[in-house]
Amino acid sequence: MANTTIYEEDVLIKEQGFNDHFHDHHHGDKYQTNFIFHYVFSMDHKIIARQFLITGMIWAIIGAAMSVVFRMQLGFPEESLAWIKPFLGKWIEIDPTTGMGKLVPEFYYALVTMHGTIIVFFVLTAGLSGTFSNLLIPLQLGARDMASPFLNMLSYWFFFLAGIIMFYSLFLSTGPFSGGWVAYPPLSALPQASSGSGTGMTLWIMSLTFFVVSVLLGGINYITTVLNLRTKGMTLWRMPLTIWAFFVTAILGLLSFPVLASGFFMLIFDRSLGTSFFLSEIFIEGQALDRVGGSPILFQHLFWFLGHPEVYIIILPAMGLVSEVMSVHARKPIFGYRAMVYSIMAIGFLSFIVWAHHMFMSGVNPFLSNFFVVFTLIIAVPSAVKVFNWITTLYGGNLRLNTPMLFAIGFVSMFISGGLTGIFLGNSAIDIQLHDTYFVVAHFHIVMGVAAMFGMFAGIYHWYPKMYGRFMNETLGKIHFWGTIISAYAIFWPMHYIGMAGVPRRYFSFESFDAFKHFADLNKFITIFAIISFALQLVFVINFFYSIWYGKKMKTKNPWGANSLEWTTPIEPIHGNWPGNLPVVHRWPYDYSKDEREFIPQHIPLKEGEIGDH
Amino acid sequence: MNNTMTNKRNLIDAQKFALYAAMASISMMFAAFLSAYIVKQASGNWLEFSLPSTFYLSTVLVLLISAVLHKTKSFINTLESGLYKSGIVVALVLSILFIISQYTSWNTLVDRGVDLKGNVSGSFLYLITGIHVLDVIGGVVALIISAVYAFIFPIHTHPEKGQKFDLVVNYWHFVDVLWIVLFLFLMFYK
Ligand code: HEM
Ligand SMILES: [Cu+2]
Repeated sequence: MANTTIYEEDVLIKEQGFNDHFHDHHHGDKYQTNFIFHYVFSMDHKIIARQFLITGMIWAIIGAAMSVVFRMQLGFPEESLAWIKPFLGKWIEIDPTTGMGKLVPEFYYALVTMHGTIIVFFVLTAGLSGTFSNLLIPLQLGARDMASPFLNMLSYWFFFLAGIIMFYSLFLSTGPFSGGWVAYPPLSALPQASSGSGTGMTLWIMSLTFFVVSVLLGGINYITTVLNLRTKGMTLWRMPLTIWAFFVTAILGLLSFPVLASGFFMLIFDRSLGTSFFLSEIFIEGQALDRVGGSPILFQHLFWFLGHPEVYIIILPAMGLVSEVMSVHARKPIFGYRAMVYSIMAIGFLSFIVWAHHMFMSGVNPFLSNFFVVFTLIIAVPSAVKVFNWITTLYGGNLRLNTPMLFAIGFVSMFISGGLTGIFLGNSAIDIQLHDTYFVVAHFHIVMGVAAMFGMFAGIYHWYPKMYGRFMNETLGKIHFWGTIISAYAIFWPMHYIGMAGVPRRYFSFESFDAFKHFADLNKFITIFAIISFALQLVFVINFFYSIWYGKKMKTKNPWGANSLEWTTPIEPIHGNWPGNLPVVHRWPYDYSKDEREFIPQHIPLKEGEIGDH
Repeated sequence: MNNTMTNKRNLIDAQKFALYAAMASISMMFAAFLSAYIVKQASGNWLEFSLPSTFYLSTVLVLLISAVLHKTKSFINTLESGLYKSGIVVALVLSILFIISQYTSWNTLVDRGVDLKGNVSGSFLYLITGIHVLDVIGGVVALIISAVYAFIFPIHTHPEKGQKFDLVVNYWHFVDVLWIVLFLFLMFYK
């Protein structure tokens, strides 16, 4: 039965599709002739998506490995780290009498900083939204490619350049930047402030400036494509939730990253031209600096005006992927499609007016804080709407508990846990105790780090056949999922407890604080699970690369029985996506288990009396 | 950018839309500078100074550039090649004069003792006008490219050229309006 429907669908696109004369003149394939332009400087969105994904994965491994190293220091401060000296060289100090190897504190800070920067920007921004916006926007909208394939290619290469510069900074003799991923002045503004503040910071800022360029080029393209290149019949209200999420994400990026760029320009002026935008009353080694009149809080405002939308730039694409994966594998329409779209928009809008909740303890006016408390707590409303809709989508569904679905459900679990702690932190009074403690670390790792990774995993396992024409191994996938969710909770739930007790984040060692000594065992526990979860990610990486060549082959075009258009393209991807006409869309993408049919793809015409929109 | 994807059903011109998106980004950047300016000013330790008169000259220049480019655009449709080319050249000269007028203003300020490193109010002025000049330089490059095209290809052979030039003109209008906004802001929020 499956085979006959697929045959019918092909005929359908052939006979009733939309002919844009794409294949009449062979302009499309001319740059595909040699290896360099096909695989390296490719302008095909499907190749660029894979470039973003694999680059993101490499960065994820580097960033996660860093966290294992600093967790080792935190969990096992009395053990010798001499054995990593071959990798880290002078950053491991060996005590000449005891032979005990310790991480140099400066490098600990550098590792924490790089871990944050890499995961937030390179993995969860470029790796997540870069990969899936590129892959899915044209495929799910029925477009031949992005609005400007050339700018799209540039977007990847700017990201690549940013990566190269950051990577180089890891090997500086003075070390990479070490003032935290938020790069607050004065550590970021004064080259002499710490060893990482010199060349390390110069490279950090260069790298992130190129990164901003990459995000803007990508974002302009995504927005233009969504507004311009939808196939016939694909009205905005028939777009899959993935596309809605990428679309709003791109708008957020376009409006917030430039503000970060402004902050960077001012930092560059302070660092190189002697201005004092962010500097005032600074003493270095007992000497008063003559740089006065500025305010470091100003940078915090500029940073968090980007920083808070940025966390939603990370989570919205994951939400979109999860909605789609969940509906397909529950064999049920997504519950409350329009409510989902409106809450994406509401979250997007609200994310611009809550930034000061990161600064309650920075000396901002407490009356002003009240506004930010209120807006922050309001964000919980659209977030709760989404959670409600996911759970209702699952309810009574004909669930296929395969790896992508498990990760999608895991996402919801993580998002609930992390969202709830956000509500604690959003109260400026409670934040007095919790700010800059491990409670905050636990909050954002669960809600952003783990949840967004889960959304990404759901997406990778689900669309892997579309990317590589093969499936990833299910057994390894399930081991990956169960192992990761258990270790993620084992790592981050105890951190809430440590944080409530007041243990500050970003400390190299707690040995000299009596109040925190008795958390040593808990810290060991956390570190052990951090190592386990790192090992489990290697299982994923092996599964990923093994399956590219040896995975189970995809034999039918639409193995999941999904409705969206990407599953109507040939198994063997081609330039221009569809061999002949473009499919024409007649209905929304969530007609599952309707009229006694398990699924009805978007390009199947409506029956008499049937409605196409919801 | 020749392989820009086209679809007969385009609702809006893709390139023009991309340009508008880029303008939104640039506007956000300046909005950030201006908000930082207001916040910093409110917290005191702020040196007040009057703007150099050459800033008025700059303002006249941007108005002229916009007017000239607006007129030049219409010469494509009427195929008046000579006027079209000279329009571009005049705009180019005016825009370089604009950069010179900014440079002169900075020198005047330094002579008056308002320099980059002194009070933050001065630093802000150099920052804001300096980044704006970078945007102007971007426009100058675009004009030079338009000039090269205009002088090499006969006016009627390139139907797309009109569209491309339209983008350049739109960008210039944006940069010009941006200057006027910045100038008024600096004048009223001393
Ligand atoms: C119900 C919604 C949420 C609320 C009310 C909330 C509230 C907060 C507050 C008040 C802080 C500051 C804590 C402090 O530093 O003292 C914070 C930190 C943070 N939140 Fe959330 N949050 C929410 C959801 C999210 C989501 C969805 C993400 C990301 C996807 C996220 C990512 C972060 C990050 C990255 C930080 C810490 C940044 C840092 O200091 O390094 N939060 N959150
Ligand atoms: Cu926030």
